[in-house]
Amino acid sequence: MATTTVKTETFVGKRIRRREDPRLITGTATYVEDVQMPGMHYAVILRSPHAAARIRSIDTKQAVAAPGVVCVFTGKDIKGVGAVPCGIAMPDLRVPPHTILATDRVYFVGHPIAVVVARDRYLARDAADLIEVDYQVLPAVADPEKALAKVVKQRIVSQRLVPMAMETRGVVAEWHGADRQLNLYTSTQIPHLVRTLVAGMLGLEENRMRVIAPEVGGGFGSKLNVYAEEALTGYVSMKIQKPVKWIESRRENFTCTIHGRGHVDFYEIAAKRDGTILGIKLKLIQDVGAYHQLLTPLIPQLSVLMMPGLYNTQNIRADIVGVFTNCVPTDAYRGAGRPEATHGIERMVDMLAAELQMDPAEIRLKNFVTKDKFPYPTATGLVYDSGDYATPLKKALDLVGYHKLRQEQADARKQSKYMGIGISTYGEICAIGPSPATPAGGWESATVKIEPSGKVTIMTGACPHGQGEETTFAQIAADELGVGLDDILVLRGDTAVVQYGIGTFGSRATAVGGSALYYALQDLKAKIKKFGAMLLESEDVTLTGGKVICNKTGNSKSLQEIAGATYRALKLPPNTEPGLMATRFWEPPNFTFPFGAHIVVTDIDGETGQIKIRRYVAVDDCGNILNPLIVDGQVHGGVAQGLGQALWEQAVYDDNGQLITGELMDYAVPRSHMMPWIESHHTCTPSPVNPLGVKGVGEAGTIGCSPAVVNSVVDALSPLGVRHIDMPLTPEKIWKLLATKN
Amino acid sequence: MDITLTINGKSYSQDVEPRLLLIHFVRDVAGLTGTHMGCETSLCGACTVELNGKAIKSCTMFAVQAKGADIVTVEGLASDGKLDPMQEAFWNEHGLQCGFCTPGMIMASKQILDRNPAPTEDEIRHGLEGNVCRCTGYQHIVNAVKAAAAGAGK
Amino acid sequence: MIAQKFEYTAPKSLDEALHLLASGAKPIAGGMSLIPMMKLRLAAPEHLVDLRALKDLSYIREAGGQLHIGATASHYDVESSALLRQKCPLLTETAAAIGDVQVRNMGTIGGSVAHADPAADYPAALQALEAKFVLQGAKSERVVGATDFFVDAFTTALEPGEILREVIVPIDDARTGTSYQKMAQPASGFAIVGVAARVRQNAGKISFARLGITGLSNRAYRASASEKALEGKSSTPADIQSAAALVAQGIDANSDLHASADYRRHLAVVHASRALKTALSRIA
Ligand SMILES: Cc1cc2nc3c(=O)[nH]c(=O)nc-3n(C[C@H](O)[C@H](O)[C@H](O)COP(=O)(O)OP(=O)(O)OC[C@H]3O[C@@H](n4cnc5c(N)ncnc54)[C@H](O)[C@@H]3O)c2cc1C
Ligand code: FES
Ligand code: FES
Repeated sequence: MATTTVKTETFVGKRIRRREDPRLITGTATYVEDVQMPGMHYAVILRSPHAAARIRSIDTKQAVAAPGVVCVFTGKDIKGVGAVPCGIAMPDLRVPPHTILATDRVYFVGHPIAVVVARDRYLARDAADLIEVDYQVLPAVADPEKALAKVVKQRIVSQRLVPMAMETRGVVAEWHGADRQLNLYTSTQIPHLVRTLVAGMLGLEENRMRVIAPEVGGGFGSKLNVYAEEALTGYVSMKIQKPVKWIESRRENFTCTIHGRGHVDFYEIAAKRDGTILGIKLKLIQDVGAYHQLLTPLIPQLSVLMMPGLYNTQNIRADIVGVFTNCVPTDAYRGAGRPEATHGIERMVDMLAAELQMDPAEIRLKNFVTKDKFPYPTATGLVYDSGDYATPLKKALDLVGYHKLRQEQADARKQSKYMGIGISTYGEICAIGPSPATPAGGWESATVKIEPSGKVTIMTGACPHGQGEETTFAQIAADELGVGLDDILVLRGDTAVVQYGIGTFGSRATAVGGSALYYALQDLKAKIKKFGAMLLESEDVTLTGGKVICNKTGNSKSLQEIAGATYRALKLPPNTEPGLMATRFWEPPNFTFPFGAHIVVTDIDGETGQIKIRRYVAVDDCGNILNPLIVDGQVHGGVAQGLGQALWEQAVYDDNGQLITGELMDYAVPRSHMMPWIESHHTCTPSPVNPLGVKGVGEAGTIGCSPAVVNSVVDALSPLGVRHIDMPLTPEKIWKLLATKN
Repeated sequence: MDITLTINGKSYSQDVEPRLLLIHFVRDVAGLTGTHMGCETSLCGACTVELNGKAIKSCTMFAVQAKGADIVTVEGLASDGKLDPMQEAFWNEHGLQCGFCTPGMIMASKQILDRNPAPTEDEIRHGLEGNVCRCTGYQHIVNAVKAAAAGAGK
Repeated sequence: MIAQKFEYTAPKSLDEALHLLASGAKPIAGGMSLIPMMKLRLAAPEHLVDLRALKDLSYIREAGGQLHIGATASHYDVESSALLRQKCPLLTETAAAIGDVQVRNMGTIGGSVAHADPAADYPAALQALEAKFVLQGAKSERVVGATDFFVDAFTTALEPGEILREVIVPIDDARTGTSYQKMAQPASGFAIVGVAARVRQNAGKISFARLGITGLSNRAYRASASEKALEGKSSTPADIQSAAALVAQGIDANSDLHASADYRRHLAVVHASRALKTALSRIA
């Protein structure tokens, strides 16, 4: 019998360093700003300095005549371009028309007014100063609560945040008039949706437009949108028949790219004396901003869906009020609606525990949906896929040494020291999502092509931008096909290369896109076996280790031999076409519902109010883990953004609608020296929803973090009678509480 | 104004406007686009390059101020296809996600070890104060610098 | 974020620089404050004279029992100077608290002092050290003490055409201890409040105390009421507390997004007390 060596190394589940990294660590990756073309022109956008004003007139004469300037367009010059779209259809939803440049009114600071195009970006910037706009300034509304009355049980604010991806947005548009072809490079999480929608805005046939998301330097939801500048840059390129580049400045990024959160919530929670939660009621005020962007109205709906949290209650009531303000629109930012809800619920559960003098861990354990109840239908119409909520909480309590810490806390209190222990147990809605629950389709696509040489090319409709799917997808394919990682290439982010796709957001790329890949691989494997069986002249074959092996003789054909034969096509198995390629569009039957427990130990400086995080323990259950290194990275990054919200970040508008935290000088993002060490651990409850058993982990850290931190600080100050503090927990807020309550 | 700079060992001469920022010289004149503009206001460190051995933010320097200087950018670190140990450490420790901050982060990390071959975690964190990463939460970056330090000590 | 056009000169000598400044040019040193303002088009100088081109202006040396620091010594030069570490540790400690590594590599002591940002760190230490500033114009040179130098926010005793050429600080004996304590604004790293303390003890009694405060008001100042309250005291916690309580006396405190006036005043007291305790603990 012939012996065959079979490759046994598998990749899924291992800490494998990323395949996308070599280009990123050597500075050779191409982000939008790095795209260069002969004859490139540069666009600079003049924006409104006022939050609300009527435009009486715009004089562009001097700008047009300035050195190097090719053209200047104002809102009145733009003809035949559709509105910036809102993707959410709801009865009676008021969607104000959102033109790509303002015409007679401006509604927020940063509202685009005119675009200047020049041969050189310095000259374009100089010319923008020469445009004269005559404004009639109008009163602005920056506070969504100004117009509304209130009922208080607890008012909980999830403040406006700036997503602040390190790469700002940017667009390069390249129009080929003779071919009627527009190539648009844009820093986006959703290239195909941008193509469909921007082609629609420009009145261009969709198949005449190619959208490329080259390397994308972070998104966090801020690039899950369709922006005026994408259409505007395309429009300008079509008009001047030249490639045009627009790169957002950081200042523009702060004032003109969507913000996140901006919710004011009024919560009520009811429970029996023994701590059994009976119901949760919410009135949610969403600060919409000046317009509905792509998903703005969806965000509070996600909050409401998430309202039951991990708790076994069927009584949920929620009312949503959306308020337009003279501020930049809010939309999806890491977690999108779920952090707001989790923050509210986890705060309310802690308040309830305090009211009933119960331990916050105990009250949670008492109310969790128990392991035997899955799939669990919630009052908000979801069906939780699988869960075991007590296990991560117990593990986190163990890891942090909960009982000892409580003793230490009791001693600390005797010495008037402020030490807090905060728990949050979060759930989230991931793998977004089944198509009926989404505005644009919730499936994802994958194509796998085995080249004649046996090399494997994957085209995913997901659009990873840091999440590492070039690696995890290669791991999945390598294991399924029995080849090495180096044999695989993952392509993404180009509508001319990838079949239609939805994109990367809502912790969906691996759970939905990876599943599409998995099923495409199954199709291919069947075909490989068919060809292998034909070549080996046997019905009884196995595909393993990159070979098809005849189970009787032990003879084998390598993937390379088989691939060659499929393309050479001298002989074909019955009813089988040549070539080796499969495409799947996979529709998930449900969302996935990851969960976990975060515990934060804080010490508060009683003199200054400064908060020090002593321990941060995260136990996350995201189902099966394909690559622990990447999962940990996602948790760390998520926690950093949650901590940013809890302690430092806030987009503050003054009464005139001026963003006073409009630069990194005033908007405090977490820096390395501000971050605690994160002790990241996991439990594993596979999801039954998809073949990989994965749930998603992109937003978990953010969602779990902020309530754990606030609960910890409130716990520390609870001897003073403190019940709630709104984020960010600045030292001054804490000091004021210490000063007034002591 | 005519200026000549050496970038990654290669000399570049160009007649530039005094207001041309060093980062634009590096990216547009020398065509080295690994150095990124993250904030334009000297607060994010994405544009960090080494100027005569010191890490500086190239968005907050005019190219004319660097006349005659010796500059190293992220592209200048690997030689003969061999990665710099700091690059290797970032790769091994998953010190990057979207990669946009990474070139500046690597240059700043190298400065830490240049001045202190065995930094503590606290010293590493303070050494990276000028560099923002929105993706990683910094922990894997700290691990990378530790690993590079340990590797160099061997 | 693109500056307006300007002319640029890298002078070959101090004389050339002073000559150009006399005819209206503006000095640039590290550029860490000036360039951001130019990019925001809040400053639009027509002609920049690059002081860093003067290679011999970044010295740090001891002469005549004092320490002389050239205007273009970078924050890193100061932070890493063995001479200063030994003879004026307050300055190295303060320099190390400024901004971040890259800013310290470029920013200069002369630039920081001339810029006189009310939240800058050096001015607190230089007030506590009773530093002297050598100001030089095309025709003459003068020496101004710290209390007279810092006039208002972004305003100093420098006249148009003058540069700050050198900072002079004293060398203290071993019975003197110093400390700089700062609460940083979390976004920018500048001081919300910073307090530099310099105290001397003789036979268990405080014989001399200097406190420089930054961040609290429009300019860095000396907290003389606290200084007086300390002299002759035996540095018990109560002594320190009651002296620290006076640091913000009569001061019109700044208020902004990051800290209200009341909080700033409170922080000044807390940091004064901490700076004093630390300074005392450092006396050999
Ligand atoms: C991100 C960041 C963080 C920072 N954090 C801090 C901080 O925490 N604490 C702090 O104190 N500072 C901080 N700074 C400011 C920093 O210290 C600057 O370096 C300093 O304020 C200015 O020094 P410079 O050499 O860069 O001066 P420049 O920016 O070159 O000049 C500043 C001004 O001084 C004038 N000038 C410069 N040199 C002279 C001279 N010799 N004589 C007369 N006039 C002169 C210039 O004309 C200009 O008006 C920070 C800066 C940045 C960018
Ligand atoms: S781009 Fe230079 S520091 Fe941010
Ligand atoms: S890896 Fe994305 S900003 Fe650092």
